[in-house]
Amino acid sequence: MSVSVPSGPMRYEADERGYFGQTWGGRFMPEALVAALDELTVAWRDAMADEAFVADFERILREYAGTPSRLYHAERLSETVGARVLLKREDLNHTGAHKIRNVLGQALLTKRMGKTRVIAETGAGQHGVASATAAAWFDLDCTVYMGAVDTRRQALNVARMQLLGAKVVPVESGSATLKDAINEALRDWVASVDHTAYLFGTAAGPHPFPSMVRDFCRGIGDEARAQCLEQFGVLPDAVAACVGGGSNAIGLFTAFLEDEGVEIHGFEPGGDGVETGRHAATIHAGEPGVLHGARTYVLQDEDGQTVESHSISAGLDYPGVGPQHSWLSAAGRATYTPVTDAQAMDAMALLSRTEGIIPAIETAHAVAGAIEVAKRLGQEKGPDATIIINLSGRGDKDMGTAIEWFGLGDADEGPEADLAQVEADASSGLDTEAQQ
Amino acid sequence: MTSTSAAFAKAREEGRAALVGYLPAGYPSVEGSIRALRAMVEAGCDAIEIGLPYSDPVMDGPTIQAAAQAALDGGVRTSDVLRVVEAVAETGVPTLVMTYWNPIERYGVQRWAADLAAAGGAGMITPDITPDHGAEWIAAADEHDLDKVFLVAPSSTDERIAMTARESRGFVYAAAVMGVTGARESSSDLAGPLVSRVRAGGDVPVAVGIGVSTGDQAAEVAAYADGVIVGSAFVRCLLDHEDDEQAGLDALRALTTDLAEGVRRARS
Repeated sequence: MSVSVPSGPMRYEADERGYFGQTWGGRFMPEALVAALDELTVAWRDAMADEAFVADFERILREYAGTPSRLYHAERLSETVGARVLLKREDLNHTGAHKIRNVLGQALLTKRMGKTRVIAETGAGQHGVASATAAAWFDLDCTVYMGAVDTRRQALNVARMQLLGAKVVPVESGSATLKDAINEALRDWVASVDHTAYLFGTAAGPHPFPSMVRDFCRGIGDEARAQCLEQFGVLPDAVAACVGGGSNAIGLFTAFLEDEGVEIHGFEPGGDGVETGRHAATIHAGEPGVLHGARTYVLQDEDGQTVESHSISAGLDYPGVGPQHSWLSAAGRATYTPVTDAQAMDAMALLSRTEGIIPAIETAHAVAGAIEVAKRLGQEKGPDATIIINLSGRGDKDMGTAIEWFGLGDADEGPEADLAQVEADASSGLDTEAQQ
Repeated sequence: MTSTSAAFAKAREEGRAALVGYLPAGYPSVEGSIRALRAMVEAGCDAIEIGLPYSDPVMDGPTIQAAAQAALDGGVRTSDVLRVVEAVAETGVPTLVMTYWNPIERYGVQRWAADLAAAGGAGMITPDITPDHGAEWIAAADEHDLDKVFLVAPSSTDERIAMTARESRGFVYAAAVMGVTGARESSSDLAGPLVSRVRAGGDVPVAVGIGVSTGDQAAEVAAYADGVIVGSAFVRCLLDHEDDEQAGLDALRALTTDLAEGVRRARS
C-alpha cells in the first residue's frame, strides 16, 4: 500500500480521527459505541493534559506497580553475543509484566469518568489478571471475557482473576480464543456502555485505544531512554520487543521514534514457521484489512474472513496487530520479523541459563530476535554496540508449556544435555530463519 | 427513487409500515437460503436483507452468529452472496446486503459496488461503518445508485443522527436497543424517541430493529416507525428445523404472514 509520509515530529502520530499515516487505524465501529468512544477520547485527552492526573498515574505506578523498572546490563548474555545487551525489566513490575501500566492508566481514567464497572478480554489471562488487579485496587466491578479453550489451558490464571474478585466468562463462539473474547467484550459493551469502561488489553482496536494504550505504556521507553543515557552515556543502537497486539513494543518504541540512528525491531510470533501457515506473524505475512475497529494488517483469507492464528505464546496469538505498528512498518521506521516457537523456546532456556531470568514465552520471542540483531551490531560496531530488549514479562505462567517442551520435571532424567546445547549454539549462531 | 425508497413509499401510501426480513446467505446452504428468502418474499416481506457471513460479527447475538458460522463452515463465499442477491432480487423485491466491512474492503469496494448493482442488489447495510469513516463506500454507492443504509442508536447524539440521516439512502436503520441482535420479549422505550430524532434530522424513512418476533410486537413498532426489521426470529425458524427444510419454510411463511399482518394492523 503506497501512502505519502507526512513530515515533521507528528509523522508517527494518529490524526484527530485516529488514522496513522492517513490509512491505518481509524474507527470501524457500530454507531452504538461511537458516543462512548468519543467520550473516552475527550476524557483521555483532558486527562493527559491535566498535571494532577499525570502525577497521580505516576505516583500509583511508582508506589504500587514498582516503576521505573530497572535497565539491567545482561553481562553474560552480552559476552555470548558480542554486544551490550540491556534488559528493560518490566517482568519485575507488580503482576509480572508491562501490562499493569496500561490497566492502571485505564482504570484511573475510568474512575475519573465516573464509571463503576470494567470489562476486559484476555488470551492467556495476563491482561485479565492485570485488569482484575486494577479493578480490586480501584474498587470497580470487573468481568473478564476469555476464550473457552483458553480458560481450560490457563486454569491458574482463571483462579487468580477469581481470587481478585473478577467474574470470568468463558466464550464459546467462533474459535473460542482471544479474538472471540474481544468480540464478546464488545457485545457486552454495546449493552452496558453507560456505566462500563472497556479496558482494552493492547494498543489495537478503534480510536482512541491504539493511542491511549500507547500513552499509558510509553513510560517503558521514556524510562529506558533516560536510563541508557544516564547509565551508559549513549543512546542504544537498537531497541527490540515482541509484537502480538503490540502494547509493550509501542510502549518501548515511542521514545525512540525520533532518534533516527536507533534501529527499531519488532518480533512477531512465527509459530511453526511462516511457510507452514501456522503462525501469528501478522505484519510479516498478513494483508491490510479491518479487524476489531481498526485498519491494520490482518491474517485473513481471500474473502476477508479472519484466519485463526497459531503461536506457542497465547499472549501473541492474535490475527491482528496495533495499527501504529502497521504504519511504522509501512513507513519503514520499524522492522518486523517472525520468530518461530522453537527459536523462542531456545531463547527462553538461554536467558534462564545465562542470566538467571526466566522470561515469558512472549518475551522470549524478543530475546531470540534481538540476539541476532545484537550479533550483527557487535560485528559492525564492536562490543560497545548497545541493544535494549523489552523484558516485558516473567515466565512463571509458562512453566507448564516449558515442562512439556523441554521435558522438565523429572529429577532423574533432566534435559541437561539439550539445554546445555542451547547455550553452546547461542555463541555460534541460533537458527537464522528469523532473519529471512 | 431507488427500489427500496419505492417500497417504503408504497407502504406509507397504504397507511402501514414496511416489513424488512433478514437471513444470512448460505444457511442452511446457498440454495436453501435462496428458497427461504423467496418464501419470505412470497409471504409478504417488503424488502430483504441478506447477511454476508463473517468470522467476527461483533453486533450479532447468538442466533445470527450460529447461522452465520454454520454458513461459513459450509464454505459460503462472498461470490455466493451475490448469487443469492440475484436470485432474490429477481422477485422484484428490493434486496440489500447487510455486511461487516472487511469482506467488502477485501473484495474491493468499487468492484463490489459494481457487482452488487449488476446482481440487482438495491444497496447495503453497514453495521460497522459510520458515514464519517465510510467515504469510500459512499462514493462507490453514489456512483452505482445503491442504497446506503447506516445505523443510528439510542446513544447517538443529535448531530450524528442528522449526519447519518443526511448520508443514508433507502432508509435509516434504527438499532433501538443498546445491545446485539436477538429476539426480545419486551419492547424498548428508547425506540420511539429515537425514531422521532431521526425524523427531525431528515425525511428518509426510518426502520427499527429491536428484536421483533411476533405480529403483535410488529404492530407496536409499526405504530411509530416506517419499517419493522426482523432478523433473529426468521433465523430461528431455520435453526429450529435444521433437519426438515419443508418445516423450516412453513415456519418462515407462517411468521412472515403474522408479521405482515402486524405491520398492517397498527394504524387501522
